[in-house]
Amino acid sequence: MILKINKVSKHYQMGDNVIKALNNVSLEIEEGEFLAIMGPSGSGKSTFLQVASMLAHLTSGQINLKGKDVTEYNEIERSKLRNQEIGFIFQQFNLLPRTSAIDNVALPLVYAKVNNSERDRRSIEMLQKVGLGDRLQNTPAQLSGGQQQRVAIARALVNNPSIIFADEPAGNLDSKSGEEIKKLLIDLNKEGKTIIMVTHEPDDASIAKRLVIFKDGEIVNDSKIKSKKEVEKKNHNIIQDKLSKKTKLKKKK
Amino acid sequence: MRDIFIVAIKAIIVNKVRSLLTMLGVIIGVGSVVLLTSIGTGLQAYVEDQFAALGTDTIYVVPGTPFAEGGGVGGQQSVIERTKPVLKKQYLKEILHDNRDLIKDGLLMAMSIKNVKYGDKEKKISLLGTTANFETVYNTKAEKGDWFTKIDNEKKSSVVMLGPTVAEEFFGKIDPIGKKIKIGSKTYRVVGILEEKGGGFGGPSFDSYIYLPLETMYDDLDVQFINNFTLEAKEGVLIKDAIKAVKKTLLKDMDEDEFTVVDQAKLLETINGILGMFTIGLGGISAISLVVGGIGIMNIMLVSVTERTREIGLRKALGATPNTILIQFLTEAALLSITGGMVGLIIAYLGSLALQPYFPAKVTMDAVIMAFGVSTAVGLFFGAAPAKKAAGLSPIEALRYE
Repeated sequence: MILKINKVSKHYQMGDNVIKALNNVSLEIEEGEFLAIMGPSGSGKSTFLQVASMLAHLTSGQINLKGKDVTEYNEIERSKLRNQEIGFIFQQFNLLPRTSAIDNVALPLVYAKVNNSERDRRSIEMLQKVGLGDRLQNTPAQLSGGQQQRVAIARALVNNPSIIFADEPAGNLDSKSGEEIKKLLIDLNKEGKTIIMVTHEPDDASIAKRLVIFKDGEIVNDSKIKSKKEVEKKNHNIIQDKLSKKTKLKKKK
Repeated sequence: MRDIFIVAIKAIIVNKVRSLLTMLGVIIGVGSVVLLTSIGTGLQAYVEDQFAALGTDTIYVVPGTPFAEGGGVGGQQSVIERTKPVLKKQYLKEILHDNRDLIKDGLLMAMSIKNVKYGDKEKKISLLGTTANFETVYNTKAEKGDWFTKIDNEKKSSVVMLGPTVAEEFFGKIDPIGKKIKIGSKTYRVVGILEEKGGGFGGPSFDSYIYLPLETMYDDLDVQFINNFTLEAKEGVLIKDAIKAVKKTLLKDMDEDEFTVVDQAKLLETINGILGMFTIGLGGISAISLVVGGIGIMNIMLVSVTERTREIGLRKALGATPNTILIQFLTEAALLSITGGMVGLIIAYLGSLALQPYFPAKVTMDAVIMAFGVSTAVGLFFGAAPAKKAAGLSPIEALRYE
């Protein structure tokens, strides 16, 4: 098992109210899995991603990464852990502006204290892997959205992490670029990479192998994905349920 | 560290105009501190050179205790004490007589102020009655004509030497040699003009006196007071011993607090002390602009942290520790400040070169080290708060920042 989330809760204080963004969530993820996390907005899927990727602290519970309890890690240990074990793909790409593709990709290696020539070698290799071997010196402004996201994927892969967390990786792309990115993720998973992807698009989710759906801070579905239709149906039902509840509430009033 | 430097330099270059404006405060601060202290140290060096030209074997006897606490050359006490006629002509004779084996030569400066007239020009001028050996003791030559002689003094001749300023005032382009001027009611013949000398004992410059033979002055005019005895020690004599001996002689006639015997070194020390205070004062005032420059850096760094919140979040997400971020922003602030400091230093150096024909400015190694040290300190001190803010940002909050 690569990641074990055990009874994790994350609560926020908002004025006088306590928001339970995650409520006693448990999830076990094996190496090589491709997980799609769905759920309506405010369901806790993004919070789950932040907590599981060690970006945010949890309120209670336990996180085991590769057999190690990392729950109580301090900021420095967390930074190192993210650097060594976790790759991030963001919806907004989050590339450094005015910085070449190769330097963007090399960023995690800078913090891993890898020497210059090794950094260049690995960054070039990753950029070639995502099909941007001829765009090494281009800055984000000189690249299309799809190309920028591919640079971000190369950056996520460059330090050879155990898990890749992707937050709506195709959310900001046109459909053609989105398809390219999805194909890239499928290929990476085929190579054995563990991927946890948050999305609200059933179409995107259907490339994964396992579907976890969040609602009100809890997991309401955890199943293998058989078809795109099934994903659409499950997602639809859960959202509908929520909508119908809301409608019911309105009707009551 | 190399990567941190590259990132810092990039951040500075990307915002060229902003970086330059930020540096301006430090440029002006360091520039003015260095330039003003260079003027101060230049003055000190100039004074030392002037004293060296007078010779190091000169001893002065002055009335009162101007070098005691609360005194100082030209200080209040000394002016008051000098107007008391405590030094008397015969004391000099006694000194020269009693200490023949220690003192080579000596003179006194008798002072008076009188109305001086030439043609229709009339002005109150300081008169200095002295002996012919003024020329050798003070290492001063006549620019034009000749010094009055020992015989002039003995014969009480009605001759005068003019300081160059006085000569210019009364005669302009006319050659004053041989001309007659009126001091009080008597007439004197100009025999020479002194070379430009500057200086003086807290009073007017040596250039603005009229010099008369001592005996002439005693005979014709009322001597108001004796400014000092200037003594020249014999070669090989320890100045310390000579001072001791002169004191011993004078104590026969005067009380201990009525006179002071000093040498060049003591005089120089006092003047340097004053100039040192002057330098520190100037430096201190201009240091205020350095503080303002530092606040400018803090301001811009805070803006920079806010602007780059997402970038900080990303760097943290990808493995930058809080310390790395802290060092990153501190480096940026220090780099801005040091660059500003170096530019300021160059400007100050050029400024001191430009001043040199008019003023003895001198940029010392101390000033260079100080400029570097202070600008680094300013950068680190004023960069600390923004850097701490950046280091403390939560990666999630920072990534979410729009």
